[in-house]
Amino acid sequence: MNGEPIIRFEDVSKVYSLPAGAVVALDHVSLTVDAGEFIAVMGPSGSGKSTLLNMMGCLDVPTSGKIYLSGKEISGMSDDDLTRLRRDHIGFIFQQFNLIPLLSAVENVEFPVILTAGREESRRRATEVLRAMHLDDALFSHKPGELSGGEQQRVAIARALANDPDLLLCDEPTGNLDTKTGTAIMDLLAAENRRGKTIVMVTHDPRVAGYARRRIQIVDGRLV
Amino acid sequence: MILIDLAVRNLRRHAVRSVLALVGIVIGVIALASLGILGASLSLLIGGLVSDVSDTILVTPHVAASSGDPFDPRTALASSLSDKDVALIEKAAGQNRVIPMIRTSKRFRADDASGYVTVYALRADDIPSLLAKEAGRYPAPASPGVMVGSLLADEFDLHVGSRIEFGNESVRVTGIAAERGMGIDIYPDYAVIVTEDRYAGQNYGMVVVKVRDSADIGEVKAAIDGQVNRRKEKVDVLDSREVLQIYYETRDAISFFLLGIGAVSLAVASVSILNVMIISVAERRREIGLMRSIGAQRHEVLVMFLYESLALGVAGSITGGVASALVGYYAAAAASEFFGGFGAPGGPAAPGAVVAGYIIVGMAFGIVASVLAGLYPAWKAATLNPIEALRYE
Repeated sequence: MNGEPIIRFEDVSKVYSLPAGAVVALDHVSLTVDAGEFIAVMGPSGSGKSTLLNMMGCLDVPTSGKIYLSGKEISGMSDDDLTRLRRDHIGFIFQQFNLIPLLSAVENVEFPVILTAGREESRRRATEVLRAMHLDDALFSHKPGELSGGEQQRVAIARALANDPDLLLCDEPTGNLDTKTGTAIMDLLAAENRRGKTIVMVTHDPRVAGYARRRIQIVDGRLV
Repeated sequence: MILIDLAVRNLRRHAVRSVLALVGIVIGVIALASLGILGASLSLLIGGLVSDVSDTILVTPHVAASSGDPFDPRTALASSLSDKDVALIEKAAGQNRVIPMIRTSKRFRADDASGYVTVYALRADDIPSLLAKEAGRYPAPASPGVMVGSLLADEFDLHVGSRIEFGNESVRVTGIAAERGMGIDIYPDYAVIVTEDRYAGQNYGMVVVKVRDSADIGEVKAAIDGQVNRRKEKVDVLDSREVLQIYYETRDAISFFLLGIGAVSLAVASVSILNVMIISVAERRREIGLMRSIGAQRHEVLVMFLYESLALGVAGSITGGVASALVGYYAAAAASEFFGGFGAPGGPAAPGAVVAGYIIVGMAFGIVASVLAGLYPAWKAATLNPIEALRYE
């Protein structure tokens, strides 16, 4: 950390050109996320929450405005640089878990690590984070299809944490889970935040948003 | 490496589809390699047929067919070479031996078997210069005895002293010619060789000129052409170099044709791989989006899909290579058996190094074709927009 905010949006807009006409997904958004924050982004469907999260995760670029990650402006970066940034500094957690069905639980967690580190080192780190997520060792070799929703989301969180990123971006992390499992998952995320991870989480669920220390409301692409 | 693992596991996940794509490559490699081996074996066998003609000039009566038009009515005209023509040829050939001959066929019967057999009628003193002797003696002038080719003798169990029915007369076999194979001049192994006095008064069908020094062939040929064809084209003069040239052209045409068939089947196989890979990329869009979002670079996605087509290519080429070694061997053996019937000398198949060479070429083409077929789908996968790919259901 260099004292800079971890994320800074300066007058960011995103316009999608569709055959039916232009759609403004983000409209002159400026915001700052400091290191260690836990933020819930809330708003109705189509309000621009996911676009905001994709921009934070360097998956999308703004039509206008500037985005800084840890003080670095990302608009001039190449696709390879952005990919490296995602791999080393950002962890993604999705509503659908998005595990690779061909890989076992532990291999899924290894995947982002093994792209840069050796097999042994990746296996050691994957095992470590999976245990921290309270996943039974016996399930490590199971394929995603053989795991429950809660177990899959634990694996997905472990994968997001495997490269020890500064920032966790979560898109409805409990959206596909029952209340009890959802609570367990949120407890894990809150614990990671206490350990120093910055978390930005998109959610509809006010109870889940209750775990965050700051809430951002977004309507029609504008912060309110 | 995890990208290779993923490629192989994806192929296994769709085992039937992968095997079908593999079969395409296997067939392509077999076609390319075994047709190549077959072509090489054929050219070796045909090469054996013309290997003994380096000192030979063949003079035949000029027919319209030799101008290349089979529908020319003159083609059907019987034509021959008179004693006068032979004398002109002898004059042109100088010191080199000139062997005029009549080639015809006659009814033949030995034991219970009968049929028509080729007959070569030559001057008695020319026979030893054209044929080696296996047993007995050469036919003497005006003698009733005949010489038979070695394969004819084997087939009908003829020995020196055996009696055969030859035309309407019964004659004794006085000699057996050594096996010689088919040349551009004569093919004596299944023939009966007699002295020309049996056909006294008949014109000759062709004249063979044995040139002592093969460096003189062009000169002798030009001399004959100048001497006999001075006023009008009466004879066609063919030397062994021309025969060899025709042989090489034919061999090249056969090789290109066979390799062409192989290449087409490999092209069809790569289209099937292209198809499988495009389906694979379409099915895994969400997975590709995910990989890109968690840190896989474009080139890593590209390489993962190339591994997939490479794995198909390698597996298909190895299987195809082994299969074509077997198929090529049997195809060459069959060709050898077929040509063996014409007395072609030479081994049963192309040498091991040539066979291995064609198999390696076939396999290399199989692998290259697979990887090339995988390039476009892999590039499509690598350039997918991660957000759109992640949204894909």
